[in-house]
Amino acid sequence: MKKSLVLLCLFSVVAACATESARKPAAPDAYEKVLNNGLKVLVKPDTRAPVVVSQIWYKVGGSYEPDGKTGVSHVLEHMMFKGTSTTAPNEFSRIISALGGQENAFTGRDYTAYFQTLEKSHLETAFRLESGRMHDLVFDKAEFEKEVEVVKEERRSRTDDSPEAVTYERFMAAAYTESSYRNPIVGWPSDLEAMRVEDLKSWYSSYYAPNNATLVVVGDVEPVEVFELAEKYFGGIPARDIPGIVDRGERPQSASRRIEVRAPAKVPYLLLGYHVPVIATTKDMEDWTPYALEVAAYLLDGGKSARLHSELVRKQGIASSTGVSYDPLARKATIFLFSANPSQGETVAAVESAIKEQIWIMSEETVSDEELERVKAQIVAGKVYQQDSSFYQGMRLGLLETNGLAWQLGEDIHDRLRAVTAEQVREVVKRYLRESNSTVAVLTPETDAEG
Amino acid sequence: MVQMRVSGLLFLLLATIGAEARAFSQIQHWITDNGARVYFVETHQIPMVQFVVGFDAGSARDPAYLKGLSNIVKGMVEEGTSSMDGDMISTSFDSVGAEYSSGSGRDIAVFELRSLSEEAILDGAIDVFGDVISRPSFPEDAMERVRQRVLIGLKRRDQSPGSVASRVFYNRLYEDHPYSHSPLGEEQTVSQISRQDLVDFHEEFYVGANAVLVIVGDLGPEQARIRAGQIVDGLPRGANPAPIPEVRGLNESVVLNVSFPSSQTHLLMGQAGIARNDPDYFPLYVGNHILGGNGLISRLATDIREERGLAYSVYSTFSPMKEPGPFIVNLQTRSDQAELAEGLSMETVRQFVERGPDQDELEAAKSNIIGGFPLRVSSNGKIADNVLSIAFYGLPLDHLATFPERIKDVSVEQVKGAFQRRVLPGKFLRVRVGSG
Repeated sequence: MKKSLVLLCLFSVVAACATESARKPAAPDAYEKVLNNGLKVLVKPDTRAPVVVSQIWYKVGGSYEPDGKTGVSHVLEHMMFKGTSTTAPNEFSRIISALGGQENAFTGRDYTAYFQTLEKSHLETAFRLESGRMHDLVFDKAEFEKEVEVVKEERRSRTDDSPEAVTYERFMAAAYTESSYRNPIVGWPSDLEAMRVEDLKSWYSSYYAPNNATLVVVGDVEPVEVFELAEKYFGGIPARDIPGIVDRGERPQSASRRIEVRAPAKVPYLLLGYHVPVIATTKDMEDWTPYALEVAAYLLDGGKSARLHSELVRKQGIASSTGVSYDPLARKATIFLFSANPSQGETVAAVESAIKEQIWIMSEETVSDEELERVKAQIVAGKVYQQDSSFYQGMRLGLLETNGLAWQLGEDIHDRLRAVTAEQVREVVKRYLRESNSTVAVLTPETDAEG
Repeated sequence: MVQMRVSGLLFLLLATIGAEARAFSQIQHWITDNGARVYFVETHQIPMVQFVVGFDAGSARDPAYLKGLSNIVKGMVEEGTSSMDGDMISTSFDSVGAEYSSGSGRDIAVFELRSLSEEAILDGAIDVFGDVISRPSFPEDAMERVRQRVLIGLKRRDQSPGSVASRVFYNRLYEDHPYSHSPLGEEQTVSQISRQDLVDFHEEFYVGANAVLVIVGDLGPEQARIRAGQIVDGLPRGANPAPIPEVRGLNESVVLNVSFPSSQTHLLMGQAGIARNDPDYFPLYVGNHILGGNGLISRLATDIREERGLAYSVYSTFSPMKEPGPFIVNLQTRSDQAELAEGLSMETVRQFVERGPDQDELEAAKSNIIGGFPLRVSSNGKIADNVLSIAFYGLPLDHLATFPERIKDVSVEQVKGAFQRRVLPGKFLRVRVGSG
């Protein structure tokens, strides 16, 4: 039922849908309109406060970059605040600030996104400014030269001077040999050194176009009015051919890999990862594999009653912290990643064995109904909690759409997670979390005296 | 892993945006029989509710020889009660999808439970939450584990030049004042803490008279009263703790250089700032917004980052606490340009103190703060944060309602006067951590 209502909104009169939603509490997740130039506009009403968040998502990010040009998406994101033919550097920020708004931008592996959060009457200003820099950005060489130095400082503080971040960067470069996910979003230092303002110009003219973007608006707004505003400000920007990329996948790994990182650290750190598929890479959208992997991640690391904390931290006392990350919404095949710090007097090797023992148990024995129900209770509750942030709701819509998954999937994901069985979890753990598919990175502290 | 233009802001926002802007005028307040102060904001749009308990039991309450005690107590309460061990406690939260979390700083220890508002689910989580806060058993084996985890945490903190800079800054600025040490404590004192110390600390500070409870979410007033009782009724009344000693501050400029194997030098420059109830709070708040509080368009960001590309992150901040928290100017830059960046940022501060803001700068800052007000109270989470600060620092119930007016009243002269009284660049403590 819910779905047909959404479809109705896509193809028929939008205003009717907006009225419909006012009457029905079970409103569709969002309203969609595609402008003639290909810009997809998604609107999700959230009337709790007189506030609106506007986000624009471009389908470009770290994983689109060829060798030698890593970091270019992120530096371009910084340059997007340096003015157009009608606005001075930082004027965008000053205008939004004077309206009481907040704004920022972020670059991921698969996207570059810009957002403004404002009192609802100012949405038009955000659109006016955002549409300007979609097609009319100025590339001043002097501004670029300053900004790339800012980015180098960003890299130093977030990566180079953080031993665990260096370990993560090295891990990714070891775990992936071909996939562009091996490169850091911020870029390799030598690529940042070599970067020229021309690189940014060409990146901008390749990817910044309405047909390569999704505009997401969440807040106290009428969808039909937002569509009109979008048409007014973005409708005149012509579509462009978006270059195809050589999007290398990762061939199956045949043997385990292992690297060591030495850095001036004080506490050892372990990363252990396995190549896994994601929703976008499973051939059949009904394939339960990524959902079963996500449930496995919850079973291992969803709260302190989950297996890693309960076993490794509380019972065995072998690790002082543990974590699991898996992003089923990524655009390309990704890594199911374990991280841990050993306890005082324990070794990284001992922690690694203890994690692998938990994996082995999960690959041999199905989890109990009680444990599975506990995870599902968290999934159900999590879906409610996320409604408290309209920014997060916007992010989810933008992310799904940008990564090649229809935004409507957002509604279904929780149902699919809840449908996962204990046997499916056992099966994916056995299939993917196996030795020959693993990469290990160990951070070995190196004191000044030793170094 | 995401790279951002301005550090941190996104994650602040994730918790920021959402619910009703008018909720702040509707704080319901009562005091329980054992003296706990309850603040309730009713919001029904989402079937969820948040309970936040705060005690004046942060690291400022650590005895000097047991630095880090408050933090261990905070971490230990969820490791066992008379009827449950730590695993059972976590399981009872997780199995209904409730989220328990805790945190502690220098002033406050905070415990939070977020849950669906369905009666049966709340029944499952609330009693355990109440038990955890009022009747922890502090089992010995868990204590060793938590202690070891803290010791690892201390080492891990010292891997980061920024954390080292902050630790050194507070140590030197506050000297023998209880704000001096990190809430995590120190290796030597953490190693000495005994189980009895936890019991004593809990008995003294985890009491009704020293507690505030904030409830935000989908409950009726009657239900809220019942749930509040289930959470705090187990606390003995106890007494208010003695005031924290006065902060003296530095009488002269001090420079500390700490060698660290990093590519950047971290600079912290500042002094003792203001208490939460300081009469200069509003002029200093608005003034700091202009000087270094408002993202990339503040004066410091313009001078250091936008015009010269010297740093990714540069800002200034007041941290108002029960007693004066610090005023800090913070930046990181490649070590060979640290001296230049330090000189420039000190000059920016000096000029601002000497001349005050321009009228149009002041208006822009005020319109940002006032215009952005709906964003500050737009979700349950954000309302809870604001109400907790009203509750804990004893601000008037209409603090949020009158906030825009108070901002509007601030003048150029007030900002200039307040900065000249309170910010003395000639007596700054400057901490440099790096390899320069």
